[in-house]
Amino acid sequence: MDILFKILIDPFLQMGSAPDLLVQTIWEGFVTGVLYALIALGFVLIFKASGVFNFAQGIMVVFAGLTLVGLYEMGLPAPIALIVTLLVMYLLAVTIERVVLRPLVNQPDIILFMATFGITYFLIGLGEFIFGGNPKQMISEQLYLPKGSLEFKMLGGFVQLQKIDIAAAVIAMIMIIALALFFQYTRIGRALRAVADSHKAALSVGISLNQIWVIVWFAAGIVALVTGIMWGARSDVSFGLQVIALKALPVLILGGFTSVPGAIIGGLIIGIGEKLGEFYWGPLVGGGIESWLAYCIALFFLLFRPQGLFGDKIIERI
Amino acid sequence: MFYRETGQFKTNYADDMALLPILQDRIGLGIILFVAYVIIPFFGNDFLLSTVMIPFLVFSLAAIGLNILTGFTGLISLGTGAFMGVGAYACYKLSSVFPDLNILLCIVFSGVFSALIGVLFGLPSLRIKGFYLAVATLAAQFFLQWCFVRIPWLYNYNVSGAIEVSQRSIFGVVVTGAKAAPESRYIVMLVLVTLMTWVAANVLSGRIGRAFMAVRDMDIAAELMGIDLLKTKLLAFAFSSFYAGVAGAAMMFIWVGGGEANDSFNINQSFLILFMVIIGGLGSLLGAFLGAAFISSLPTILKFGLPALGIPLAGATAEHLTYILVGGLILFFLVVEPHGLARLWQIGKQKLRMWPFPY
Repeated sequence: MDILFKILIDPFLQMGSAPDLLVQTIWEGFVTGVLYALIALGFVLIFKASGVFNFAQGIMVVFAGLTLVGLYEMGLPAPIALIVTLLVMYLLAVTIERVVLRPLVNQPDIILFMATFGITYFLIGLGEFIFGGNPKQMISEQLYLPKGSLEFKMLGGFVQLQKIDIAAAVIAMIMIIALALFFQYTRIGRALRAVADSHKAALSVGISLNQIWVIVWFAAGIVALVTGIMWGARSDVSFGLQVIALKALPVLILGGFTSVPGAIIGGLIIGIGEKLGEFYWGPLVGGGIESWLAYCIALFFLLFRPQGLFGDKIIERI
Repeated sequence: MFYRETGQFKTNYADDMALLPILQDRIGLGIILFVAYVIIPFFGNDFLLSTVMIPFLVFSLAAIGLNILTGFTGLISLGTGAFMGVGAYACYKLSSVFPDLNILLCIVFSGVFSALIGVLFGLPSLRIKGFYLAVATLAAQFFLQWCFVRIPWLYNYNVSGAIEVSQRSIFGVVVTGAKAAPESRYIVMLVLVTLMTWVAANVLSGRIGRAFMAVRDMDIAAELMGIDLLKTKLLAFAFSSFYAGVAGAAMMFIWVGGGEANDSFNINQSFLILFMVIIGGLGSLLGAFLGAAFISSLPTILKFGLPALGIPLAGATAEHLTYILVGGLILFFLVVEPHGLARLWQIGKQKLRMWPFPY
């Protein structure tokens, strides 16, 4: 009975007795969730357009962040470093399309999945080789990102919001809206949606798959860069980030591989659920449950909807 | 065109069902076994045995395990590392609870525990498929890894939290612990791998293996043909985790000899084994060995081979270059032959069959 009380009732009593703490925890979960969602977003873009389970998205985040900071340290002013980084991400997209995707066209999914592992290893080595393996400070001031924190007095306590977190949430939202508009109203966006629907049909109306892939990987690269900046500004830019990027995977299965809104909502569910779980239920089992709780939340959802919350319905034909 | 060897006729069903229907294959296998059992232990030095051969054997066992699941049944798993960990901890518990039990039995029985855990985490595979399943198996990876750290009972409440390998012997020869000679460890490992490969080859070519492959090719069709999906998928998970568990136990007890086990069974280990399976060739036992040989010897080759070629390597740079090279090689092999080294071998065999008249 005691253990049941501790699991089922006590955490909620704690929440009720200190609502400011609850709000703080939810806010932290929300911000982490936004960042998970950003990584998942880059992933969804690629999966939709080319059906590649891009494991390298996490390392692309690190790589973009590192390139930006590394270029700045080499003496380029911040705006130019930003532009050069974008160029680098474009080159990366072109190279990946040429070297990896084009020869592997029409191969089973798992082979392409493995190829993105190869890309991951390659980028880890390349990034460390060029910029060194030490964690770097993100150049947040030079990029005009806000610092410090706001405190609100509410619910009988204080809730502290870091300004950078607010900025991250706002920027993420702007980017998602921009992507949605881009997908909905531009020529390229329409082509992207056509490719996502069916490769063959898109080819038959004269859409160049290769071109689309470059664009999509570049778009994922831009998303990776923004994620890298935001995440880097919260902690620092290091290869440790790619482990955190693994957290984007449960977000994906929760939201569905093919859905942009799914990535966002999945990210928020995972982020908030994980923080709440760690804070209120974690101590019961000795803490550290953050590492797997996200997967269990996602698994639970999957048992009811095998294609994720917003994924395309899986139709099987014989 | 499908050619067979000339002059080798099958006159009864037993011949047709034989594991190695071709004479050349039998001879080749005999030579490999002779080299493995006689030449390497007698003429190989300690370095070859303990840094090349034993890791290779351990990894090939794990790769066979994953290949059963991913290559034969078509279920992608990213939790192999954790299942190996289950084997290692189970073996540690078994060997400390039953100190008189033969260590080989401990290692094999630890696979049973791993299989049970595997079945448990295989349950979602009934509803979830493809990459959704792959990510779901990551839950096993992270959850089990967390258990290895947070449940002190698993490592007998010792302070370091590491697995301690005590000295055990079989027939009076020390095989585990600090005093075991590389030769004896190697032979034990080799016997284990030979036996388990033989079992796997037989199971996979029989009814169970065919059911696995039917599920891989299309599970709905397999179900219509009367294959029980629940049983088959769970059996594949059990079978695969059994091999992974034995590999993990062998890794801790025969290869590494104890230590901080949690780091050895992390997600990178799972990915590494998946690499082996893919590079070697999905759905091929030979592929498991080739992939394991390639991936497990790659760091050693790069470490000792590059300086020999005149490329000087300082510690950190070497590590970065290794990453770039491993990534590059994986991409290269995938682009050249997406179906793995085993397919290359098949193509070569086909060429030899028709040589010298290719038409």
